[in-house]
Amino acid sequence: MNILVCISHVPDTTTKIKFTPDNKELDKQGVQFVIGPYDDFALARAVEIKEQIPGTKVTALNVGEADTEPTIRKALAIGADDAIRINARPTDSVFVAKQIYEIAKSGDYQLIMMGRETSDYNTGAVHGMVAEMLGWPGLSPVMKLELNGENVSLQREIEGGHEDIETSLPIVVGCQEPIAEWKIPNMRGIMSARTKPLEVKEAVSADPNVVSGNYELPAERSACKMIDPENVGELVELLKTEAKVI
Amino acid sequence: MGVLVFIETENGLPKGSSLEAVSFGKKISELEGGEVVGLCLGSLDGSAAETIGKAGATRVLHDGNSEYDKGLIAPTSSAVFAAMESTGSNYVVFAKGSLSDAVAARVSIKANASLASNLISVPTKAGDGFKAQRSIFTGKAIEEAEVKGGKVIFSIKKGAVELSSDGSTASIESTSYALNEADLKVNVLGSHKAEGDVLLPEADIVVSGGRGMKGPENWAMVEDLAKAFGAATGCSKPVSDMGWRPHHEHVGQTGVKVSPNLYVAIGISGAIQHLAGVNSSKVIVVINKDPEAPFFKAADYGIVGDAFEIVPKFTDALKGAN
Repeated sequence: MNILVCISHVPDTTTKIKFTPDNKELDKQGVQFVIGPYDDFALARAVEIKEQIPGTKVTALNVGEADTEPTIRKALAIGADDAIRINARPTDSVFVAKQIYEIAKSGDYQLIMMGRETSDYNTGAVHGMVAEMLGWPGLSPVMKLELNGENVSLQREIEGGHEDIETSLPIVVGCQEPIAEWKIPNMRGIMSARTKPLEVKEAVSADPNVVSGNYELPAERSACKMIDPENVGELVELLKTEAKVI
Repeated sequence: MGVLVFIETENGLPKGSSLEAVSFGKKISELEGGEVVGLCLGSLDGSAAETIGKAGATRVLHDGNSEYDKGLIAPTSSAVFAAMESTGSNYVVFAKGSLSDAVAARVSIKANASLASNLISVPTKAGDGFKAQRSIFTGKAIEEAEVKGGKVIFSIKKGAVELSSDGSTASIESTSYALNEADLKVNVLGSHKAEGDVLLPEADIVVSGGRGMKGPENWAMVEDLAKAFGAATGCSKPVSDMGWRPHHEHVGQTGVKVSPNLYVAIGISGAIQHLAGVNSSKVIVVINKDPEAPFFKAADYGIVGDAFEIVPKFTDALKGAN
């Protein structure tokens, strides 16, 4: 079986986001880029499946310019067998989905995995778009995924709980915890990642539908009003009369 | 022309977030003309005609096939697309949610439409398309994006628009969408939901507990406060990681993102990843014994002290005030 794991290249979750002075670009200075936190769960589960089912091959796919290669090498160090980089800036969801679709339809993949959303644009749309393009079921956010031959049983989170689902391959899934524990690459993985194949392909043309404009940071809150712990009633009063939220 | 709004229901009642989507649809129709039509699938309570109408729709298309109650993604996507075609709608509005997000993505491909998601306000017209403000970097920043016109799918965050209440009762039109074989490859065996609780992403008030609560056995205190508020309960990531609370209550960058009117954090230090999930809350109250907890810098009201003493007093004060 062949698994395609799509990974994004995003600022580490602890990053304090700031922009260039013209507010048109992310200020990348001092920013540590990582595999998208949700994509990391997808990759970890794919590598687990590979360990469980002999003959499974895991391919990591990223749509990004050359600066994403360290992130792709990390995916190889974690356990992907090979990788593909589509040499383009990931402009919007539909652009990225079309690139993944091109790779998926020309390859022999039965399972396409990625995070439920990227942590930069949070659209959570790419897996659904790819599933629709391929005419496959697409499920997200998936918290548990078990394969039994062609049959797939999985758990999808819904508001206030989860649902149990049965389906069959091929499928596209958007993953989240606790589908697997994040894997930290070991020394052997890091060494072997250097020589694993990383193919660079040019993008298929696709017009983005949503173009980035100006960025801004949310308005800062005014200073926190401290309340005497002996006078909790005052807090209730302020929430009623000042904040007007109750 | 025309705006279609996909309305999610919970036990036959339109979700609050979907009613906001109807009011958002009304704003789009004021910019672009055409009528606002709601689409409901599965069981629907008779009161919906009034609530959906008040929020701004003139009519509601309803397919009562109970298969839709399972929240099936592919059949729902096909039905939304069919309704888009039959009503000649150029625009479809969704409220962010586990079903709607998946459906919006599929419909955008079926209709070859632009998908503008995580919107936090009503867009303005710009040439043939729109300028829309969306939340990015998990609430850490805002982007003004240019959205190509023609057909557009809008997906909105809670609070993107004020819920309107001046519309008149909508007409309900029964309809039936064909279920096709290709859409039925997914079998939902069952769903497990906490009964009777306020749903976290829908809640106007959220009360969350962190590691400072010391253990799952102390959660009754958090729940009592939430009950006094009519609030949903949430938790920090370590609390869900340790299994004190289920994952669907985890609020933060890799959990549920909330934007309630009031967020109350008890015994949560305020790591940047937690703040990312809550910073679009209107008002934040922090209770923590550590005066240096970073959460106080992101809060509107704070109390430094022992949660085990303060929270019961807070609950009592609230009950007394109501």
